[in-house]
Amino acid sequence: MANIEVAGNNYETDEEGYLVNLTDWNADIANYIAKTENIDMTDQHWEVINFLREYFEEYQIAPAVRVLTKAIGKKLGAEKGNSEYLYGLFPYGPGKQACKIAGLPKPTGCV
Amino acid sequence: MSEAIVKKFMFVNRKAPYGTIYALESLEVVLIAATFDQDVSLVFLDDGVFQLKKGQQTKGIETKNFSPTYRALEDYDVEKLYVEKESLDARGLSADDLLVDVTVLGSAEMGALMDEQDVVLSF
Amino acid sequence: MLHIINKSPLVNSTLADCLRVATGGEILLIEDAVYAATKGNAFEPKLNDAMKRFKVYVLQPDLDARGVGDRIAAGVTAVDYGGFVDLTVNNKNCQSWL
Repeated sequence: MANIEVAGNNYETDEEGYLVNLTDWNADIANYIAKTENIDMTDQHWEVINFLREYFEEYQIAPAVRVLTKAIGKKLGAEKGNSEYLYGLFPYGPGKQACKIAGLPKPTGCV
Repeated sequence: MSEAIVKKFMFVNRKAPYGTIYALESLEVVLIAATFDQDVSLVFLDDGVFQLKKGQQTKGIETKNFSPTYRALEDYDVEKLYVEKESLDARGLSADDLLVDVTVLGSAEMGALMDEQDVVLSF
Repeated sequence: MLHIINKSPLVNSTLADCLRVATGGEILLIEDAVYAATKGNAFEPKLNDAMKRFKVYVLQPDLDARGVGDRIAAGVTAVDYGGFVDLTVNNKNCQSWL
């Protein structure tokens, strides 16, 4: 277990930096985690983060990268539903890295 | 990749969702197996049909409600879901009570489908 | 196909569930399911009926452990652990009715 401090509040994370309590999440925490991952959050980043949050809200899982890519393509268009675009935004993987920023667990099957 | 060998994998689910960990474990293994592009089918027998019951509300037992995840199986290209008619009947349920579209089979058809599989994973 | 059962049919419906769905092949009774293969138990008539469609095996060490090694019902074949392995190897697939 570890902790992060954002805007004066302490939040519990696991050893890899994923939030333990999904309900803790807010935009400040997302920006904080993004910074530790060397990511400058843009509208394009937020679009993916919000998509992941909605997907989790509906299905109670963080989607595997393949599933995320396909689902983003369906919702936001083919120019965004491809690995090149998504890895461009999240170099360490749209599953692993984006889920961490979105305050979600690591996708099932992701090591 | 060279010639991929596609095998028939069947996950047999026979336990109700929250009394034991079997249902959730099975679902997690299915999601991982879906990555390997095999011919995956899910079967729901006996109390396993309760896993798919609509309207599960788990707040009161402080347990994660994983039933919405069955609706994500389509995104994972897991589209073969079979439910045994006799199991539904014995529990006063019909396909309309289930939260995903399934194929309802009689016991004999279900048994024959099981015989066809290369690998059966029992939960 | 091999079907493995490990619950007593006198308190649990697992063996009956298997007999309802499975089309035929081989059944191996292990752990508490070995009581199904003992003479005079209440499930014996149903097991006799099932033996028209299935070849039924029972794991001897589990019978012995329960003091019923000398009570095997007619028509049931006892196997040791080696026989258990042979059954799993010689069948194309296997379902454990947990």
